[in-house]
Amino acid sequence: MVGYLIRRIGQAIIVLFIVTVVTLALVHLFPGGPIPALLGPRATVAQVAYYNHLYGFDQPFYLQYIKWVGQILHGNFGYSAKLNISVAALIAQDLPKTIVLVGLGTIVSLAFGIPLGMYQAVHRYTAGDYALTGVAFLGYATPTFFVALLLVEWFAVDTHFFPPFAPQSSSALGVLSQPRALVLPVAAFAFVLFALWSRYMRSSVMDNLVQDYVRTARAKGAGERRVLWGHIFRNSLTSIVTLLGLSLPTLVAGAIFIEVVFNYPGMGLAFYNAALNVDYQVLLGFTVLATVATIVGNLLADIGYAILDPRVRYS
Amino acid sequence: MTMMIPPSEETPGAGLAEQELIVPELAEQDSALTAAEAQERGLAPSVKSRSMLRRGWEVFRENKLALASLGLALFMIGFCFLGPLFYHTDQVHTNLENVLCPPSASHPLGCDNVGYDVLGRLMIAGQTSIEVGVAAAVVAVLFGTLYGALAGFVGGPLDSLMMRLVDAGLSIPYITVLIILSVIFHPNKITMIFVIAAFYWLAVARLIRGETLTLRTREYVQAVKVIGGRKSRAITRHIVPNAIGTIIVQGTFAVADAIIILAGLGFLGLGVQPPDTDWGTMLSGGLTYLQSSQSYWWLIYPAGICIILICIAFNFIGDALRDAFETRLQRR
Repeated sequence: MVGYLIRRIGQAIIVLFIVTVVTLALVHLFPGGPIPALLGPRATVAQVAYYNHLYGFDQPFYLQYIKWVGQILHGNFGYSAKLNISVAALIAQDLPKTIVLVGLGTIVSLAFGIPLGMYQAVHRYTAGDYALTGVAFLGYATPTFFVALLLVEWFAVDTHFFPPFAPQSSSALGVLSQPRALVLPVAAFAFVLFALWSRYMRSSVMDNLVQDYVRTARAKGAGERRVLWGHIFRNSLTSIVTLLGLSLPTLVAGAIFIEVVFNYPGMGLAFYNAALNVDYQVLLGFTVLATVATIVGNLLADIGYAILDPRVRYS
Repeated sequence: MTMMIPPSEETPGAGLAEQELIVPELAEQDSALTAAEAQERGLAPSVKSRSMLRRGWEVFRENKLALASLGLALFMIGFCFLGPLFYHTDQVHTNLENVLCPPSASHPLGCDNVGYDVLGRLMIAGQTSIEVGVAAAVVAVLFGTLYGALAGFVGGPLDSLMMRLVDAGLSIPYITVLIILSVIFHPNKITMIFVIAAFYWLAVARLIRGETLTLRTREYVQAVKVIGGRKSRAITRHIVPNAIGTIIVQGTFAVADAIIILAGLGFLGLGVQPPDTDWGTMLSGGLTYLQSSQSYWWLIYPAGICIILICIAFNFIGDALRDAFETRLQRR
């Protein structure tokens, strides 16, 4: 296990190295290079040269890379010239709000997806199962932003149940203090994830239902409720925990689309605005942060899987 | 070590299939084995020899849902590419008299914010969505297959290096790469194809590499090596044809995924630019007018429903194809 951990972390570091090189290289692909993209089409050659020197873009790539990674390791993600704020401060301001949105959405989707997936597995091939499978398929085929649009159309424009905009606040607490405005963004997030959990839970529970330990539990006279919640539920959760660790890219994508639709003041919206403004420092900083989170998530998923399922032995 | 493709909402098939993913590989192995055995003994199959594709089609044909999905997909393609021949609309000049006009006899689905007829726009938007979706899927699957087959077949340090590159690519949340790439390259149909393929081939490569690992130990692949065949021959003539089931299934899901990805970028305003449009770009117009007091439902539902229908169709076709390639053994 320890050997596996060391090898796995070593792999993660190699991956991280490749990702950072690729990301920094992407910056040089901006039309005309990063500085002309930043200064706009009317910048003079002298201005471009000045800023190229200021930001170190006139140095060889490997020196730029070392300097950049060194800065990131010190928590310096660069400075957004367009927003006149350091990227680290931007992250500190927006990340908690995105965590609120993503966290609530994930919790709500798990609260619906897991029980419904279990229901489907127990009552498989019945009308209820087919209906929920249909809903899950719709969830897969429907783009996140369309779900969000529909929710706004139905519950904000047509019926005025909820406001069409997300809470506008500079802090996560401020966002939480307006629960009515949070309902639609969280619901949109939850619907998209719900399909994922319920499908996995359904197949996972169905796999477990035919295991020997379930037969043993039944033979010993355990009631259906006890078999289901005491035995199968726990064993089926392992796949969900793994999936949670692997689903970070999905969460990031969901956050961007939902924040754009609802104008939710989080990292996703900031990233989107940075893309429109070609604010490359923000793009770079957010991408590296999201990537590190993804790699750590994958690592935790693998480790969590090994801890939760004693049958898994890594060599 | 567990090999998992990171699930994403843009890969509906992958999510559903995680548990079943192993199965096609097993089926593939068995068929490969029997084929190899038959070759070894110089026996022709007792039944009249039918191609794998032919047998697959026979199973596919019996699946009602799959046939309905195929019909739906063909209908959507016909609607987009043949529709404009029968339903003439001006999709080039804006018409300010018609701005946001509600559905009427002359405009069955109303008009959008610059006066384009929505029904006609749906057709040309669909052309872009389907063209880019199919082309991106083809590029991604072709490149991913060759890359994955090469890595899996060669093995050793080169395989490790190639797969770490794939791991790295898959670790960057795809949406951020796609957004950055669309900012860098002036978005049009051609660049969108390559932008989407540039991300999508990674998952394909990982899948095909896994498939190759099981195929390369087969006798007939070993035989190529023994009789002095080149690696390129083993890959292109033996590995890839035997993984064709997985490749086709993956390609089908890829079309649906690429259409959703393109729609997502279009919705963000980073997809194809006017006068070109796709279904996602049409929806982004709907967002602008959503928050006004009046409901402009014809800006939202038609394009959104088109995306859902084509994606459901391709996903069901992909599922059915997987069944077809899996069960072909029993059908002989």
